[in-house]
Amino acid sequence: MLIPISWLRRYVPIDLPPRDIARRLTMAGLEIDEVREVGAEWGRNKVVVGHVVELEPHPNADRLRVPTIDLGGGETATVVCGGPNLANGQKIAFARVGAALYNAKSGKTQPLKRAKIRGVESAGMVCSEVELGIGDDQEGILVLPGDAPVGTDLGDYLGGAVLDASVTPNRPDCLSILGVAREVAALTGASVVEPDSTHLEEGGPIDDAATVEIVDASICSRYTASLVRGVRIGPSPQWLRDALESAGMRSINNVVDVTNYVMLEYGQPLHAFDFETVRDSRVIVRAAMPGEQLTTIDGEEHSLDPPMLVIADSRGAIAVAGVMGGLHTEVRESTTGILIESANFDAANTRKTASALGIRTEASHRFERGIRQELTMRALHRATKLILDLAGGEAAKGVIDIFPVVKTPSDLTIGSDDVLRVLGADIDVETIDETLRSLGFETMRTGDRLAVQVPYWRADISIPEDLVEEVARIIGYDDVPATLMSGEIPHHEPSAERGVRERTRDALVSAGLQETISYSATDLESLQMVEALGEECAAPLKIANPIRANMSHMRTTLRAGALQTLAYNRRMARRAGLRLFEIGAVYLPNDAAGETALPHEKEMLVGVLSGPRFETSWLAPKGEMDFYDAKGALESVFGQLGISAEYEPGVDPIMLPGKTARVSCGGVDVGVAGEVHPKVLTRFDIDGRAALFEVDLQALYGVCANVSVEYAPFGRYPNAERDIAVLVDSDIPSSRIQKIIDRHRLVKQSAPFDLYTGDGAQPGKRSIAYRVTFQSDRSTLTGELVERARGDIVRQLERELGATLRGV
Amino acid sequence: MQPPSHDLVERTAREALERLRAVSDLEGLDRWRVSVLGRSGSLTQILRGLGAVPEEDRPRLGAEANRAKGVLERRLREREQELKSAHFDAVAQRESVDVTLPGWPASQGRLHPTTRMVREITEAFASMGFQIEEGPEVEFERYNFDMLNIPVDHPARDMWDTLWIDAVDEHGERPLLLRTHTSPMQARIMERTRPPVRVVVPGKCYRYEATDSTHEWHFYQIEGLAVDRGITFADLKGTLYEFARRIFGEDRQIRFRCDFFPFVEPGVDMSISNFQDPRTGKRPISRDEDWIEILGAGMVHPRVLEGVGYDPSVYTGFAFGMGVERVAMLRYGIEDVRLFYSNDVRFLRQV
Repeated sequence: MLIPISWLRRYVPIDLPPRDIARRLTMAGLEIDEVREVGAEWGRNKVVVGHVVELEPHPNADRLRVPTIDLGGGETATVVCGGPNLANGQKIAFARVGAALYNAKSGKTQPLKRAKIRGVESAGMVCSEVELGIGDDQEGILVLPGDAPVGTDLGDYLGGAVLDASVTPNRPDCLSILGVAREVAALTGASVVEPDSTHLEEGGPIDDAATVEIVDASICSRYTASLVRGVRIGPSPQWLRDALESAGMRSINNVVDVTNYVMLEYGQPLHAFDFETVRDSRVIVRAAMPGEQLTTIDGEEHSLDPPMLVIADSRGAIAVAGVMGGLHTEVRESTTGILIESANFDAANTRKTASALGIRTEASHRFERGIRQELTMRALHRATKLILDLAGGEAAKGVIDIFPVVKTPSDLTIGSDDVLRVLGADIDVETIDETLRSLGFETMRTGDRLAVQVPYWRADISIPEDLVEEVARIIGYDDVPATLMSGEIPHHEPSAERGVRERTRDALVSAGLQETISYSATDLESLQMVEALGEECAAPLKIANPIRANMSHMRTTLRAGALQTLAYNRRMARRAGLRLFEIGAVYLPNDAAGETALPHEKEMLVGVLSGPRFETSWLAPKGEMDFYDAKGALESVFGQLGISAEYEPGVDPIMLPGKTARVSCGGVDVGVAGEVHPKVLTRFDIDGRAALFEVDLQALYGVCANVSVEYAPFGRYPNAERDIAVLVDSDIPSSRIQKIIDRHRLVKQSAPFDLYTGDGAQPGKRSIAYRVTFQSDRSTLTGELVERARGDIVRQLERELGATLRGV
Repeated sequence: MQPPSHDLVERTAREALERLRAVSDLEGLDRWRVSVLGRSGSLTQILRGLGAVPEEDRPRLGAEANRAKGVLERRLREREQELKSAHFDAVAQRESVDVTLPGWPASQGRLHPTTRMVREITEAFASMGFQIEEGPEVEFERYNFDMLNIPVDHPARDMWDTLWIDAVDEHGERPLLLRTHTSPMQARIMERTRPPVRVVVPGKCYRYEATDSTHEWHFYQIEGLAVDRGITFADLKGTLYEFARRIFGEDRQIRFRCDFFPFVEPGVDMSISNFQDPRTGKRPISRDEDWIEILGAGMVHPRVLEGVGYDPSVYTGFAFGMGVERVAMLRYGIEDVRLFYSNDVRFLRQV
């Protein structure tokens, strides 16, 4: 909403600079995004309206002339001017020395200096639009209308500052200049003067000329109309054109301009019908018939349906009520009779209609916010007066006022205790009274309380809390004290799941992984790329109005995002080691409850590792990350969480079959780790190897819930270490060997430290060496005892696995 | 062998000390120890020979010999320390590394800046007694709008451009959407608990919005809600002051101005100061504004309280909501919100 200060001044005196007004309005809830000031950069009174009173040729140059300019108050200036359109008697824009003007040659804004041009002194300048920065016309000087007042600051003359406001949806009254004037009045202590609506009604009674009928009162609670005959349609006077243009509207003709002007003035949309085209002089307010056709004034043809509200005559729709008029009844040059409509249409219906038709207008914008019924009559009188003034003609006697549903806001009461209860500020009843009155509320004091009547323009006040806000915003929120809550702190049960999740994050970060967060939406193609579509898979939720084609569905897996992130970063840094993880929800339909039930938002963890294990280093060995890096990351998570996991060979649609492990904890499946199949990687344009792990965090939460951390005393007696190296069949997993070692009662711990499958080993065999720690709880182990235990283990390995001992 | 005498003890001790002074390395020291204090060392011999000393001299001589032994042992330890430090000094002289070569390359992991900001903000509120809660991202229209006093067909809905899930119920309506804010959790939490309530809710939100450097369709919010008897707007201010102090520091001023959100009354918008330093001309946040909006807040609207079965004549409360990326952008001087979820590690590793 554009609010020209000059227009505002018609209703309320304003002494403060526009920026101060803007700041006060903003603080009180009407946010001013921008203060557009014509010529603010020139300097105050540096560019003024001048009158050319003499025009002499330049003695030394044919193309220059020397005008004398009257600046008012007896002040004149003589300058040198090259503008070919300059003529004696013109009103022009005169810049004094010191005015900051745009210099087309330097491309900068510079202060104007006193100059001598071809021998003649020039104390100022007659300006073009370009120099003033208000237009592109540099052919000649800017010529002002003949009635421009000499000596006036040009910025003021051209309309002064315009405030650009973001009006919140609760304040349709601030979609009017008068409404904003009332805010200004409350904030500055001034009072508002309502515009003049007095006019004569010299024609015959309106009821003899026209009839109005409301068929559906639930969507039109009041319809008022006046009739003016004998008007002459023509251009609007300059003041009206300027006013509309400064508020961002285009001038059409005197009658349409008046309806727009009064809409901006009061916030009440109006419509003017060419009365002669309203068939049978009957206006019917009703729901549209199914498929009813109407061409609106913008030339668009619409097919209407109930319950869209239309204005119809005896034959059919002539306007979409509250949205846009019809072409057939539009006011045109030949129009002589005007029926002016000022009605109150239902907010929700207007909104639905406007959005169904895809038309948003100044009228629908106001109606859908729910404006007050009282505005109709005031705006109607004002518009009738202005049309008579500007287009002539004769107003019919009386107005039509069909008012089937009267809505009055309930009266409220307020006292200091209400304000204290909500604000926590002690404000006396006198201050409350004064503040509400400044906003136009009528109040009646009874003891400590005020009975409050809401003014006719406010549609947003219905409960005492609304009044408290009125008081607070005018006094200023900054004047409310700041305290800390003194009540009891509610009992809290910290979320165990959140705890596990955040520890998982920290563990992964400590293990050197970078956290990422990717979009929750994806597309079918991406899901297909990670084999996450099809019979076996959860069907992704579809977004009805996706922001982009590749964000059409909610993800059912984090894998696609992880591989896309890997691919993106791989492109940015071809040789970097990338370790990435994401923790986030996947969205799985709740098949049992149906597609309109909330989906299951399942928290998942995914990690991808790819590229060199170490940065280029003189120290560290070269090598690409592989399965064991993914597994290592998982192991550090499980270690931090105090849980142990089992890894068994597994299968996964996107992993290499021989390099995939199913991960479980105490028999509960929690996820998978492996190397991504190269055929999948090529779909993402990833070369080389990538390891991936995925954990179902919900499953992990369950596992963690059963973890009890218990201290186990470490042995008092010294331990002994021995190595055991065995040659076994290649398909025997290390975990089986280790299980046999670990079950010996003297073994505290074992770890594989060497694996050999190379040339020396027999085909189909591999050699694995373990470092085994022996310890007894009862005594210091003798070398003899340790050797005996080692021998026992070796024999078990031979018997159960056909292992043969290798010398270490 | 001659029985020990006073002279012998004295001589043996003196000679031993002289030889100790001449020892120049640890091997020599060990030889000295063996020759003096070892099993057949000179002083050990004397102590062994005490039995042959006449009984009346034995206590005196025994004490002398033991004193000498004590002295020699102490001197041995001292000499050992001296020689060891000399040895390590020599080693240290010989050995060195090139300190300019890089160290062992450890991989550096980092949390996503959003995660860190969420933690920092929620911890600030947790220290004021707020519990951290979470809720669904795919939400019912009812919770996202209706229960927050944003009725259908009301223009206030335009404040939240919405992404809808393409699932139609028996009335031909789409009941599911991607939550446009974390505020639906206000209704959810109040529905399942009785006052007092004090929670913060971090989470992902979505808007049907064109993306640019300050708008992202996918973002995080943190919601706060406190409801009890006697909670006031002044409490809201105090709580938010404390939050701002923790996140932005002591020096920043806070400004509250009136704003509209349908689920609060009165409504407020909080900004932090961003004044130019008069000497350097610099602003804390490189944005040419004196005040920067941080969050929206207000007193919970009585209709919202009624909707969840709280009696608004008994209970009052406040609520607030803030964009996590916005706070992070202001904190770290990030100019483009799109960096957050494009996952470029060059960005993620910096902040």
